Amino acid sequence: MAITIKKNVETEGLIRRIEQMTGTDLSTCYQCKRCTSGCPVSKLAGSPPSEIMRRLHLKAGDELLDSEIVWMCVSCETCSARCPMGIDVAAVMDALRQLAREKKAAPQEGNVPLFNRAFLETVKFFGRTYDIAMIAAYKLGTRKFMDDTEKFPSMLKKRKIALLPSLKGDRKTTRRIFQKANERKEAER
Amino acid sequence: MKYGYFPGCSADSTARDMHTSTVAVAQALGIELIEPKGWTCCGATAGHQTDRFLSVALPAASLAKVKDDGLDMVVSCAACYNRMKVANHEIQQSDEMRRAVADALGRDYDGSVRVRHFLEVLLEDLGIDKVAALAKHSLGGLKVACYYGCLLVRPNEVTKFDDPENPTSLDRLVNALGGEGLEWPHKVECCGGGLSMSRTDVVVSLTDAILEMAKASGAQCVTVGCPMCQINLDMRQLDIRKQMGKSHDMPIVYITQLLGLCLGVPAQQLGLEKLMIPAGDIVKTIGSAA
Ligand code: SF4
Ligand code: SF4
Repeated sequence: MAITIKKNVETEGLIRRIEQMTGTDLSTCYQCKRCTSGCPVSKLAGSPPSEIMRRLHLKAGDELLDSEIVWMCVSCETCSARCPMGIDVAAVMDALRQLAREKKAAPQEGNVPLFNRAFLETVKFFGRTYDIAMIAAYKLGTRKFMDDTEKFPSMLKKRKIALLPSLKGDRKTTRRIFQKANERKEAER
Repeated sequence: MKYGYFPGCSADSTARDMHTSTVAVAQALGIELIEPKGWTCCGATAGHQTDRFLSVALPAASLAKVKDDGLDMVVSCAACYNRMKVANHEIQQSDEMRRAVADALGRDYDGSVRVRHFLEVLLEDLGIDKVAALAKHSLGGLKVACYYGCLLVRPNEVTKFDDPENPTSLDRLVNALGGEGLEWPHKVECCGGGLSMSRTDVVVSLTDAILEMAKASGAQCVTVGCPMCQINLDMRQLDIRKQMGKSHDMPIVYITQLLGLCLGVPAQQLGLEKLMIPAGDIVKTIGSAA
């Protein structure tokens, strides 16, 4: 398949930044496409992982962050496990997600960043996950209240959703970790 | 045999059955599990998709709590297992990371607590023969598709769990208990568990493909060692029914539930009634097989 990118010869594109973030040399990719053949979402996403790698080589810029696979990738790490050059392709996906969030790339179907935020906010607050708070925060954000809600009564009955949060976790340490993470981000900027 | 034990957050909610069956099986086998006080969330998929430091420091906080007792940390959730192993690895690899984590935890942690999946304890420490010898019931030829998913086997340099493409730990245990671990191609395919709520569309198609293959391979049930795989493969069958009009009716049971039944632990203690797709027939077969 032909790949077209918006080329900007003045810049190095995203590749250096991603190499920095992941600590890997991406230039060794020789486009064998094993990552793509094992990727469970490659058929659903527009650009499969090997194509993302190729676009990076071609000095793609921020438009890469709008690719569907960035938020469709399920972090299964099949790509990394099978890459004959030992490239951690899944870490590249993690890095793309971080950049997409930082640079506020186009929001996508399903809203994984919102879910991740709802999840982590709950952890920051309670020290452990608390499904009801997390689901509420996520659903409020997506406004898709009805998805999955038909399952809640039977899940509650089977006690698959806890009514009350557990407060037994060491919340002080968790909060310090989140604070430190924030400080580190600030320092990077 | 004494271990630190990390139940993981899902032990209080979606995977209460995984937790109770692990505890019951451990007790039946004489394995002592000690929960460290104040353990906290490992950050799961959301953690590493968001920030590398968070994804290392969160699991390290709980690992540091067993460090001074000199115990291994036993984990039954494959996701927590994965995050803890990766955290240890990153701390060992980078002094900068180790220092940053120490700064956040208020104590140094060197990444040395051994993280073990409960299955590894059964197979490596206790030994398959001993486990089989303690079984009161046989699986009675039950055809089981053993599903490993991604988090136990990847990244293999870090988790070092079994063969990354064709693992056999679950199969060996199932076979030793008188069942039949099936040869099937989707052992390590991903079910998309981490995106179950945020990309239900993607996840329904991934789970459907796995369940189709299990059925085509002649499975009577699928067994798992991961709570995200369990809830996903189990609960998403309701969506598959609704959206695609297909009923797989495939029970998705934890390996500790199967093992518990063989050890003669009552079904209620194993949380079998919590499954969305009921496993009543399996319980009956195992209960009556000698
Ligand atoms: S498997 Fe590795 S070398 Fe092959 S295309 Fe993917 S990233 Fe490149
Ligand atoms: S980690 Fe993401 S990109 Fe890699 S194989 Fe899995 S879904 Fe595809």
